[in-house]
Amino acid sequence: MISKFSRVFSKVDKKFFATYRTAKDIPANLEREKMNLFTAVNNALDITLQTDSKALLFGEDVKFGGVFRCSLGLNEKYGNDRVFNTPLCEQGIAAFGIGLASTGVTAVAEIQFADYIFPAFDQLVNEAAKYRYRSGNQFNCGSLTIRTPCGAVGHGAHYHSQSPEAYFAHTPGLKVVIPRDPVQCKGLLLAAIRDKNPVIFFEPKALYRGAEDMVPKADYELELHVADVVKEGTDVTLVAWGAQMRVISEAAAMAEKDGISCEVIDLQTLYPYDLDTLCQSVNKTGRCIISHEAPITCGLGAELTAAIQEKCFLRLEAPIQRICGYDTPFPLVHEPIYLPDKFKVYEGIKKAVKF
Amino acid sequence: MRFSVRCLEKRTVALKPHVPFALHDPGRVPLAPLPVEATYDTDAIKQNLAMMLRIRRMETLSDQSYKLKKIRGFCHLYIGQEAIPVGMENVLNWQDPIVTGYRDHGWHIVRGGTPFEVFAEMFGRVGGCSKGKGGSMHMYNVKNNFYGGNGIVGAQVPLGAGLAWRFAIENPTAPKNVAVTFYGDGAANQGQIFEAMNIAALQKIPVIFACENNQFGMGTSKKRASYETDFYKRGHYIPGIKVDGMNMLAVQEGTRWAKEHCLAGKGPVVLEFDSYRYMGHSMSDPDSAYRSKSDIQAVRNERDCIAQIKNFLVSEGVMTTDEMEKLDKQIKKEVDQELIKAEQSPPTPMSELYTDIVLGEQYSHRTCQGTVWNTA
Repeated sequence: MISKFSRVFSKVDKKFFATYRTAKDIPANLEREKMNLFTAVNNALDITLQTDSKALLFGEDVKFGGVFRCSLGLNEKYGNDRVFNTPLCEQGIAAFGIGLASTGVTAVAEIQFADYIFPAFDQLVNEAAKYRYRSGNQFNCGSLTIRTPCGAVGHGAHYHSQSPEAYFAHTPGLKVVIPRDPVQCKGLLLAAIRDKNPVIFFEPKALYRGAEDMVPKADYELELHVADVVKEGTDVTLVAWGAQMRVISEAAAMAEKDGISCEVIDLQTLYPYDLDTLCQSVNKTGRCIISHEAPITCGLGAELTAAIQEKCFLRLEAPIQRICGYDTPFPLVHEPIYLPDKFKVYEGIKKAVKF
Repeated sequence: MRFSVRCLEKRTVALKPHVPFALHDPGRVPLAPLPVEATYDTDAIKQNLAMMLRIRRMETLSDQSYKLKKIRGFCHLYIGQEAIPVGMENVLNWQDPIVTGYRDHGWHIVRGGTPFEVFAEMFGRVGGCSKGKGGSMHMYNVKNNFYGGNGIVGAQVPLGAGLAWRFAIENPTAPKNVAVTFYGDGAANQGQIFEAMNIAALQKIPVIFACENNQFGMGTSKKRASYETDFYKRGHYIPGIKVDGMNMLAVQEGTRWAKEHCLAGKGPVVLEFDSYRYMGHSMSDPDSAYRSKSDIQAVRNERDCIAQIKNFLVSEGVMTTDEMEKLDKQIKKEVDQELIKAEQSPPTPMSELYTDIVLGEQYSHRTCQGTVWNTA
């Protein structure tokens, strides 16, 4: 796996926005506004439509604002030609996005829930991911971005709670990105849209209203392929992404009371991921726990475990643990038992430290 | 449900629904003429009214329970469209498999289920028709060939066509049964429906592609989602019939037309119900964004299926308004009791998280909360 990726900047891009490595690098003097996750998405989409005359936003029900209000006001501002509804056909949406992107249009397609992405799976895996490769770089659909809400929300059950990131992280040619809060979201979404490769941008739906922060009003990007060390520590490395970041942070706080210092890392770009940051951290702590909502078998945690142990084997003090959802379909009433909550992660931390 | 006098009198009336029948004839197979009259029997039609009242009461209570947060997740109400299951079931029998989308509560009780099973399922309790593991969108009845509610729109359509394939193989020229597969005006644009129609036409599968057109796909009017809103014509080379979905007798006769077509070995048919839902798409849909209260009220005043049947029964002398009021109260009481029973049912046990994934395997998992499932 290639561990370092270089961004191809066009001359126009560099002039108008700044790129920061992580959120910590955003200067404190930038003017900020209180936003939650869907407002941050809305702001990023607004900036995209404003700065890129070839950008289009489309999907089911995006015109009136979208079921999560991410595209609120955009149709009124930019017109039916740029922000429009599609009929109920995910395969069609993805395929049209790929077609548009191949002609140079910046296509931002919304799949209403990640659970519905599967009719589009063939298009994304067989067409979007392989377009550049199979044509020897004559064609590509790099200006395609698929935005989709994912993850548990408390009552979503089988078809409104899934986290399908692993299916796409297994597909070379695609990139998979997921933010943990509004500041990351705006920067990563703008980076994803402007990245010259097809990106699947997962948005944790539980955070749309729940996550609030002071987000810079300016046009800025956060680098892709960079894992963000949210909290430094010395005893255990905790790795997660999206809404699960809150869970591991709470577990780290619980462990803090027992004198265990956890290093908390947000992977951000799930594929291709930043293995260097993870290994640097595990080499420091010697213990690692990876946590995600998706079922444990063949989830992304399995890949990270294999990659980390390969590089850090002699340094490990305890086996790498994966604290994840069980191998069941996402349940309805049993959701609280299924989810990898802070107690399960805390138990994992204690186990790692006592090994 | 008891009546003091049982009358089993068969009558025929002329059929003049608000939305007249329409035919799409691609000219590939001979078609029967459109229905002009309806037959009903005086006892069965009272049961039909009772069933429609039962569905409406059950859905109303579901609405209330959802607002009281007793039901979590999603809940899609059938209020307004009750004529469809009731009218169809007069013609279908329980060997005719049906499969529908997530607006399935009414279908569950029409296919032999009880409101208790529906409520318990939505509350996630023992006694729910899917052990409380499926929720509002996933109600099933194996014995009576109700292949359920489905969450992913359109995915159930090729499945439904597959259900009927068996009948075509066993008896190609005169299949014994027909399958009905439902979808809505929103799902009508899913590619897999057209794949299913093509295979069904090639193999002469006795399946009715039933489109419940309630004018809106969630918040999108049919005009904005579909280039061709005459869904009965969307089968193209498959014949189609448009039926007034708010008139129970029209639904009945339209279904009879479709079923007889399939049972004659002529292959699939598209059946569009011109229908209307009074509530939003689901409980999380404030439908004020895409239609006005006056629109809903207008349809309710002019075409409500229960009001139409009540007027019909009075004019035909089958029931008096007093009898209908009594029936109303009786049904209300009956369904209310079922709700109370469901509320008292214990929650589905934790062990059900790990069962019914694959047949024959057991898992065990220890967590802070204790063992989830024991190995046998």
